[in-house]
Amino acid sequence: MYRFIEECKSRLGFDNVSEERRGREQQREPGQRSQSGQRGSGVTHFQRLLTRLQSFLRRDAVRSAPFWILPFALVGLFVYGAIIWNILLSLTDFAGLGEPDYSALDLENYIIAFTGGTPSWSSLSIEPIWNATQNTIALMIGFAVVCLILGLVLAILVDQKIRFENTIRTIYLLPMSLSFVVTAKFWLYMYNPQTGLINITLQAFGIGPIRIVQNPQLKLAAVAFALVWQFSGYAMIVYLAALRGIPSSHFEAARVDGASTFQMYRRVIIPQLRTATVSALVVITVFALKAFDFLFSMYSGYQPGPSADILATRMVREAYANQNWAYGSTIAVVLFIMALFIVGPYLYSQYRRGDL
Amino acid sequence: MMMVGFYLIPIETGIMTSLTTPASYTGNAPFLPPLEPVIPGTGSFSVQPWINAIAGLSGGLINSFVLVIPATVLSGLLGSMAAYGLTTVDWRGQIMIYVLFVAGIFIPYQAVLVPLTQFWYNVVPLQSIFVTVAASVPLVAEYHWKLLALIITHTAYGIPICTLLFRAHYKKLSSEMIEAARLDGASIATIYRRIILPLSIPMFAVVFIYQFTQIWNDLLFALTIIQFGDASVVTQELVGIGVSQSGTNFPLRMAAALVAALPTLIIYIFFGDRFAKGVTT
Repeated sequence: MYRFIEECKSRLGFDNVSEERRGREQQREPGQRSQSGQRGSGVTHFQRLLTRLQSFLRRDAVRSAPFWILPFALVGLFVYGAIIWNILLSLTDFAGLGEPDYSALDLENYIIAFTGGTPSWSSLSIEPIWNATQNTIALMIGFAVVCLILGLVLAILVDQKIRFENTIRTIYLLPMSLSFVVTAKFWLYMYNPQTGLINITLQAFGIGPIRIVQNPQLKLAAVAFALVWQFSGYAMIVYLAALRGIPSSHFEAARVDGASTFQMYRRVIIPQLRTATVSALVVITVFALKAFDFLFSMYSGYQPGPSADILATRMVREAYANQNWAYGSTIAVVLFIMALFIVGPYLYSQYRRGDL
Repeated sequence: MMMVGFYLIPIETGIMTSLTTPASYTGNAPFLPPLEPVIPGTGSFSVQPWINAIAGLSGGLINSFVLVIPATVLSGLLGSMAAYGLTTVDWRGQIMIYVLFVAGIFIPYQAVLVPLTQFWYNVVPLQSIFVTVAASVPLVAEYHWKLLALIITHTAYGIPICTLLFRAHYKKLSSEMIEAARLDGASIATIYRRIILPLSIPMFAVVFIYQFTQIWNDLLFALTIIQFGDASVVTQELVGIGVSQSGTNFPLRMAAALVAALPTLIIYIFFGDRFAKGVTT
């Protein structure tokens, strides 16, 4: 009886023998197995089942399953399940209270998103999303470019082996530890026409107080500027690590060849920073797509005004303030596709290079 | 270097303003410390705004801690386990699963908001479960179901980045050591418990710091899953504070912003080096 249990355990893989050792042992077994197989067809059938089960359970994939199966289930449900559900919702006519009706699916919301009009689920006319899309792209590009340039400049400066490097690095990264709500409150204060630092400094030069936060022309730039304040520390860190990775022989060779500092950076060093630039760019642009928290806090609500309205704020407003759930889902799908366009190629190239 | 000034100025101005009494606040020189009457026009010094801020934000602070600590620990643990199962143990097909994880880092949260609201409010009867739980267990109030929903949500969305960070770390571990353990007869679970886990402690620090900051600072999920009310976390409460009929109370606002930022700031100042290192891997 004891031997039977032990044999079951060893066949099913519940002992702690690694796959290699088992592979070696298996080569010795066939002889034994053919002997016991003669005892009757019932035993053979049972043994065949056992063999199949044991080779399945012994696979490393299954044995490591307890480790990754729960995270995978969570991620699968919350990320992929939710995305698919969102696409489904965008095809319904769900608005206001109640449950979504999954039986009548159509692309109506997408047509409204691109052309505007009055949908079947609302009595009001709904605007298309072009304004928000424009603002989103403008913000993404402006913010990303300035952030990267500033980060690069800072990294180059910090790389010159100045004193207090660690403290300075900590200070540059400090804004990244803040919540966007906090950043928005600080900058709201800085931009304030009467009491904000910016206007007070301008007034010292005789320029009258400028309305920044409520000014349609300056709004988006002001938002981009505050976001650059928050994020350029990250760009700096990425570039700094990349700069440190370039062997100093490159620097020296350029100097020996007579290049000025500026030329050296421009022709020799910067081209080598391409990987760092790409990875920082991906993170920063995807982030700009999500800049909702900042805008919501700055304008204390869902509506930052048309010139600062980005897809993220439009989506949340349509869904939560206007209760147009399905339309909100539609905008979210557009956002998702935009993110996919940015992230997809990046992930693919990482996969091909084996950096994943 | 003046760049340092650029970064510090908004915070410094905030600090100075937060220490002024609202009544005497004139806003003439916000970057100067409030030393009336020594420096005229700067307003008199007072810690009152801070006291008011802490009183006003106390509910949110507690809720934020209740939210952040379990979510951070869980997402870190699950990320480590997932990275182990997908990296240290070698099997076919694991790269595919891993790619699915990594893609999850980059999704814009808007893309899942409406389904999430539907899920927690209409599909999963968490609220009704909590009515009975709150009646029997002390310290648990009925509104805590919203916090639990948020904890699970943040854990799920934090797992991809934690897995990525741990995987980078596990790839560097010596595979010979693991092979030797396997040959000695250690099971996969034993290897994880005895070898990998102790070696991951530095990475756990990085992951915890990162996740704590991300979850504490989040507004979007809090807004849509908790909405406003008893269960509001500190980021939500911060949005509306200091605005009233009589105008904007800047000292209170600045004090509140600083109080809300304090936990992440403290963690960052003390553990910032590890954070910076983790971000570049």
